[in-house]
Amino acid sequence: MRFSRRSFVSGAAASAALVILPIRVAALDLSDDVAAHVNDILGGRDPREGGIELDAPAVAENGAQVPLTIRVDSPMSEHDHVTAIHIIATANPAPGIGSFHLTPHLTRAEVFTRIRLAEEQEYLVLAELSDGSVLQAAARTAVTQGGCVT
Amino acid sequence: MSTPRIRLPESASEGEEIEIRTLLTHPMITGVSSDDPRDMLTRFEARMNGETVFAYDFANGSAANPTFIFFVRAAAPGEFSFTWTHEDGQSVSAEESVRIS
Repeated sequence: MRFSRRSFVSGAAASAALVILPIRVAALDLSDDVAAHVNDILGGRDPREGGIELDAPAVAENGAQVPLTIRVDSPMSEHDHVTAIHIIATANPAPGIGSFHLTPHLTRAEVFTRIRLAEEQEYLVLAELSDGSVLQAAARTAVTQGGCVT
Repeated sequence: MSTPRIRLPESASEGEEIEIRTLLTHPMITGVSSDDPRDMLTRFEARMNGETVFAYDFANGSAANPTFIFFVRAAAPGEFSFTWTHEDGQSVSAEESVRIS
């Protein structure tokens, strides 16, 4: 297999764009609306930071179609699995992006979908585990053209 | 609603991991920032042999033409069904079989 310099450089740039630095959810200043949405999901539980890997572009050209892969560190066994993964926007007109429901019939707690980001922002991911505990993580994606949240 | 597109393997061993990809063409209009009336799906469900294995509740931040990729432990007889339900109660479904050896 041969690589031209151009394809290597553009490939390297594309890979770099996929690297997003994890952001501590606790460090974010959430609006009342977003905090209320998160608290509804938590129901009084205290989430732990980490255990979640997010793959998304650092810069998205089109905010209406931002690819997002979520990986939660879980054996997905009958007694130890992820039951739900919630995605929450911090700067969309409404905080809810969507919620996955997982079962031990899945081999991994890895899911992919596309989300809408109206502007550059952090988004949160909360993962509920079968023991009732909750993991949390956040990422930030810049948006060249806002996702018309129509 | 349009015809769903599903990608999964034709065959698998019992217990083997299979990747499932789904796509439904749908505008997912929230009605927030335009005069167009709201036109949104509310739920996607994937079932294997009649049991729900994966589901998703849509909200305003879900993109148009919803796509999912997820990984299932294949089990006989390998009958899969996929259903997208609209907020108005209508739904569209697709069925697929994976030959389990």
